[in-house]
Amino acid sequence: MIYFDNVTKEYRDGTPALEEVTLSIAPKEFVSIVGQSGAGKTTLVKTLLAELRPSSGSVFFESVDIHTLPSTSLHHYRRKLGTVFQDFRLIPNKTAYENIAFAMEAAGRPDDEIESDVPYILDLVDLSDKAEHFPWQMSGGEQQRVAIGRAIVNQPDVIIADEPTGNLDPVNTFEIMEILKKINELGTTIILTTHNKGVVDAMKKRVITMEKGRIVRDDPNGHYIL
Amino acid sequence: MITGGAKNFVRSGSVSFATVLIMTVTLMIIGFLIFVSAILSHTLMAIEDKVDVNIYFHTNATEPEILLVRDQLAALPEVSVVTYTSRDQALAEFRERHADDQLTLQALEELGENPLGASLAVKAKDPGQYEGIVNFLSDEEGTAGGSSGVIDRINYFQNKVVIDRLTSAIRATEGAGFIIVLLFALASAIIAFATIRLAIYTARDEISVMRLVGASNMYIRGPFIVAGIMAGLLAAAITLILFYPIAWYVGSTASGWLGGFNLFNYYVGEFPKIFLILVGGGVLLSGVASWFAVRKYLRT
Repeated sequence: MIYFDNVTKEYRDGTPALEEVTLSIAPKEFVSIVGQSGAGKTTLVKTLLAELRPSSGSVFFESVDIHTLPSTSLHHYRRKLGTVFQDFRLIPNKTAYENIAFAMEAAGRPDDEIESDVPYILDLVDLSDKAEHFPWQMSGGEQQRVAIGRAIVNQPDVIIADEPTGNLDPVNTFEIMEILKKINELGTTIILTTHNKGVVDAMKKRVITMEKGRIVRDDPNGHYIL
Repeated sequence: MITGGAKNFVRSGSVSFATVLIMTVTLMIIGFLIFVSAILSHTLMAIEDKVDVNIYFHTNATEPEILLVRDQLAALPEVSVVTYTSRDQALAEFRERHADDQLTLQALEELGENPLGASLAVKAKDPGQYEGIVNFLSDEEGTAGGSSGVIDRINYFQNKVVIDRLTSAIRATEGAGFIIVLLFALASAIIAFATIRLAIYTARDEISVMRLVGASNMYIRGPFIVAGIMAGLLAAAITLILFYPIAWYVGSTASGWLGGFNLFNYYVGEFPKIFLILVGGGVLLSGVASWFAVRKYLRT
């Protein structure tokens, strides 16, 4: 489904962020990418989101090299991915309902579908009573649940969660991981980057360890080992 | 898209307020430039109107001969108006002008006959064309059967220096005025442009999120352009409303000082044109600025 073929990314000053990364991810997999800060986790995710272009190598999604896609059709590709970030990245002047609804609008979904799906998703992430709240009126855990709602509302093939629990307390972390686990059980591929050992170990799923831009370990039922 | 843009505009209150404020100042500068150029062209027209060339005829020139010259001049494309003053009219005007000067009037009576010749006052469409008209008359004088011998003198040669200076001054003022207007308009447009870019800069995270959820470029750009156009429209409305009392005040107090130019009458009379320039300018400026500002964040 996803294949990184010998991907290298160097920044302008020549610092390597990724070095010859080759990696494949199958459909419905739950993959945790771990490593210290600066190991290259986020850079790897950004090349998959087509936010960063590799210096060499290719990133394939369903046999298509995504970096050959013209910028005008990139949004069609991005609709197959759902993204969740450490800093939530909600739109500050939109309510919880609108933050989720606009992902559907952006995908060109009709109004009646939006009106029926958004309340369902809000219920799924247990935020029905906060539908009209703006991000600044919600806790970190609630904001992250809105972000997950936004990520799943268009039923993407893959959810990319970049340090989704980095800003959360243990209770909220547990809740978010439970939601991601459930989404994965329903058939969505999950790519999680984190440096939370407890989260990774509890999952008992595939763990890829990165160090200085390289993959140093890839365990099918792994643990977070430094 | 339109409701999205309107919501964006209302919810980002202080940024929208700043944008509208800067756009209003920009449009007011453009409006003032329209007023200044109207005042300038009114003044120039008034000066131009005062410039003419007078052709004085000998006292023995007959009326048909003079009228022939008048018709020849009137047929020239560069001539705007030719006014004929007969010998009797010239005398009457002379008497009227010297009504309080008994000595001059007595001297006139003693002469017994009218010493004044008839004259033609010629107005050209453009001050630069007087020389051509005078040259035409000089050529005519040289040809037999033309106006040969009937013309006493042409005051153009006495006024030539003044007319030339005035012509070049008018040209220079018009040229400089145009460049100044252009520079001011450009400077204020750049400021408005920068403000809108700044407003959109505050939304760069929002744009990046929109891209990540798979929004098309048009979907992302639309609400920003709508919000920009709304700022432009609001600024144009505020400017048009503010100009009403300003034009009234200037019109009623400074009309005499501006050579009879009433700003309020001009504003009301030319309202459709000013409306189109300000509304069109506001919408175009903010729309284009928004388009370019968002484009920066749409590049991968």
